[in-house]
Amino acid sequence: MSEHFPALVIIVPLISAFLISATGWLNKRLCFPIAVFSLTVSLFASIGVLMMVLENGTVQYRLGGWAPPWGIEYRIDHLNSLVLVVISAVAVLNIVTTHKPVQQDFSGKEGPFYALYVLFVTGLSGIVVTGDAFNLYVLLEIASLTGYALIGLGKDRAALSSLNYLIMGTIGASFYLLGIGYIYLVTGSLNIADIANLLPDIYDSGVVLFAFIFCMIGLFIKMAFFPLHAWLPNAYSYAQSSAVSLIAPLTTKVMIYVMIRVTLYLFTPQFSFVFLNISKPMVWLSVLAIVMGSLFALSQKSLKKMLTYIIVAEVGYMVGGLWLGNRQGITGSILHIVNDAAMTLCLFLAAGNILYMLKSDSFEDMKGLFVKMPFTMAAFTAGALSIIGVPPFCGFFSKWYLISGGIAAGEFGFVGALIFSSLVNVVLFFRVIEIGYYEPFTNHPNAHQKDEETLFNEAPRDMLVPLLMAAILLLALGIFTGHIVTAIIQFAIPTGII
Amino acid sequence: MRILGLVIVILCGSILIYHTSDFPDWGHPASPASTHVSPYYIEKALDDTAVPNIVTAVLADYRGYDTMFETTVIFCAGIACFFLLRITRRMEPSVTLYRHLPTGITLRIEKGGKEPDDSNIFKRIDTQWVPYDLIINTTCRMVIPFIQLFALYVISHGHHSPGGGFQGGVILGASVILFAISTDLRTAISRMSERLGAFLSATGVFIYAGAGALCLVLGANFLDYSALAPVLNVNSVMARSHGILIVEIGVGLAVMAVMIWIYYNLSSAGRHDEGL
Amino acid sequence: MNEILTTIISKYNYWGFILLMMIGLYAMMVKKNLVKKIIGMNIFQTGIILFYVSIGVKKGATIPIISHGHGKEKHVIHAAEYINPLPHVLMLTAIVVSVATLGVALALAIKVYREYDTLEEDEINKKIRDQAK
Repeated sequence: MSEHFPALVIIVPLISAFLISATGWLNKRLCFPIAVFSLTVSLFASIGVLMMVLENGTVQYRLGGWAPPWGIEYRIDHLNSLVLVVISAVAVLNIVTTHKPVQQDFSGKEGPFYALYVLFVTGLSGIVVTGDAFNLYVLLEIASLTGYALIGLGKDRAALSSLNYLIMGTIGASFYLLGIGYIYLVTGSLNIADIANLLPDIYDSGVVLFAFIFCMIGLFIKMAFFPLHAWLPNAYSYAQSSAVSLIAPLTTKVMIYVMIRVTLYLFTPQFSFVFLNISKPMVWLSVLAIVMGSLFALSQKSLKKMLTYIIVAEVGYMVGGLWLGNRQGITGSILHIVNDAAMTLCLFLAAGNILYMLKSDSFEDMKGLFVKMPFTMAAFTAGALSIIGVPPFCGFFSKWYLISGGIAAGEFGFVGALIFSSLVNVVLFFRVIEIGYYEPFTNHPNAHQKDEETLFNEAPRDMLVPLLMAAILLLALGIFTGHIVTAIIQFAIPTGII
Repeated sequence: MRILGLVIVILCGSILIYHTSDFPDWGHPASPASTHVSPYYIEKALDDTAVPNIVTAVLADYRGYDTMFETTVIFCAGIACFFLLRITRRMEPSVTLYRHLPTGITLRIEKGGKEPDDSNIFKRIDTQWVPYDLIINTTCRMVIPFIQLFALYVISHGHHSPGGGFQGGVILGASVILFAISTDLRTAISRMSERLGAFLSATGVFIYAGAGALCLVLGANFLDYSALAPVLNVNSVMARSHGILIVEIGVGLAVMAVMIWIYYNLSSAGRHDEGL
Repeated sequence: MNEILTTIISKYNYWGFILLMMIGLYAMMVKKNLVKKIIGMNIFQTGIILFYVSIGVKKGATIPIISHGHGKEKHVIHAAEYINPLPHVLMLTAIVVSVATLGVALALAIKVYREYDTLEEDEINKKIRDQAK
């Protein structure tokens, strides 16, 4: 059975999505348990895959039994298996919290909600495991379509911003498709490993160059890299928090994974770093993304909007880390995919809890929140410290790798941007924490009782426990950074990179 | 903005056109796309799958995994339209419309007015009113069965001629949509309810993924239809051919149901059961 | 002169797809009406689909359905006789994806219309600004 684990990661949620959609018409209460069960199975299968990869190296799985360049294969190495576990873990942690808010936000549509939720996770896991460039596009569209739907059913401007997201996202995916078409035109293959073998003979062809440009533009739009980020803040901040706490931690991170896969494994580092020689401008673009993302975040007046701009800045970290082109930078980039997924999850879950209890997330309404929701705010503080980069938390370590990579590559602008962004994050989060901790609670519009003891009004337990687990995860990831890097990430980088 | 857009577009276009000089010539038999992977499909598809239509063989077997997700994309679109648009609470309309069947005259009754009680002569119709036209109605009623028959032919004959699940499913869906246009949405929903559409779409994709999972249970890889040979009592090549037929039927079912489902939701902006 | 002509003959198909793509891109960038933007998006995708289909063309070959596929006797099949089936398969997928995207986009557009009573972007922005005041 264990040789089928890679397939199970995808199939179990996929089939359960159809079941959920059908049972949604019969008994709405069954949808949630089915979704939790399938995602848990998927999590265990993905951990199984990670174990297999750690033991035997790259795992291949031929779908339909056809050999690679003709059929589609899963090709799972250290890089995908790590991202795969991250996706399934975030999905499982998050789905537990959605139980109550979904009944409130999407009442009557629980069936479609969970079906879309599970399909979204399936799409992302599929993107990560596949070894076929075109198959990646199809799964990208599944993840995007479900994402548009989940975001579109939100408050006030949600539909409009989701439509903007759809138009931008479709351009992005189409550009990626066009890039793959160009590659297919000159190589005749769609299998990533096969293309990587065929490309070295035709590096100097203009078609390959354009294929690279198209793929990169497409992925940059999809991951909201700075000048192309315009869709992200509105789409994420108007969506319901039960949807966004799934989408925000995963979408951009998976897109960064795809970028790493495309630059290092499809186009090979020889082409991306040496032949094209565009590392410097790319790093400077990411410096711009970091600085602008941080500055925009400073000017926001509500929690969720601020978090969305922080995501824009974090995308800059990871893109820059990859284009530093040295081992430490790429290690930092991959490590930051894991850490940032955990941090974003923690922060968005905390924001979701605050929204669920307060019905508002503007800074003014958060006064005295430490008294009212101490556990949520503790977890929020953990997430904030991690994003700032305070040592025991995981955010510090990936930043450390990125900074040392920047120094090794001589990109001091990038190092400066990282430090600047950390300082801005200090300002951002301590402003929130200060409002929550020191400002009195009395003038809060929702406060019916002024009595301090009855003010304690924590989020329901099934929303709180996953949040606390995410917060503990931040610590655990920080403590085990060394193990993750030596056991997994160092094998995920092609050997040619020093 | 307009001029800026035009300049950008012309600039991009001319750069792209300039770089087509690196492309292999159009239709050149020795171009990489025609020589690397595809000859295998053309030469081996018949021996491997017993399907003369190579496109079908590649679509449903060699790259069957892609096609499974393609069907899932359609399914996603159906759910997404439902999820976004459907208004779950029923709204009592302020006006109800009845059609006097013998004459085709439409009665408009304001809220609180007296509703006609003889249901053999008066028929309740949509508030999204459709004009009654005997010619359109009769023509469509005559044409629809043939459209559906042709759709079934397209689905089942995908092995030998252009066609397959997607095309056939769309034609089937179009026949029901034609019915809904020529009569009205209320009548169409009374023949095929939204609930049935939702079930059928899930069933269709489930047939596809389930056939794949069955192969996995029988010990082969996911979607390796040759594992179905002992179940279908044929050799492994024919099992692939039959496996393709099974998944095409699933695809046809799913596509048909989703097309109808999307039409119901889009055409009425999610309010199609008001007052039902 | 002859050289230019041969270039045109061997490449004009690709120019067509670029032209279509650019028309779509222009519509998406410049048009203010949301449905026009969606139409532009669709034209853009159609351009890419045409590009893939023109990859599949092989001069002197026929559609990829093997003509002697029914009988018992074996015929030798030459790859040069049939056009490349793979781009067609891929584009079947891409067409389906673009239809699905179109459906969801129209659903969102209906939702936007329900909220603002218009699909013109400037009017929507004006309404949003008025609400903020």
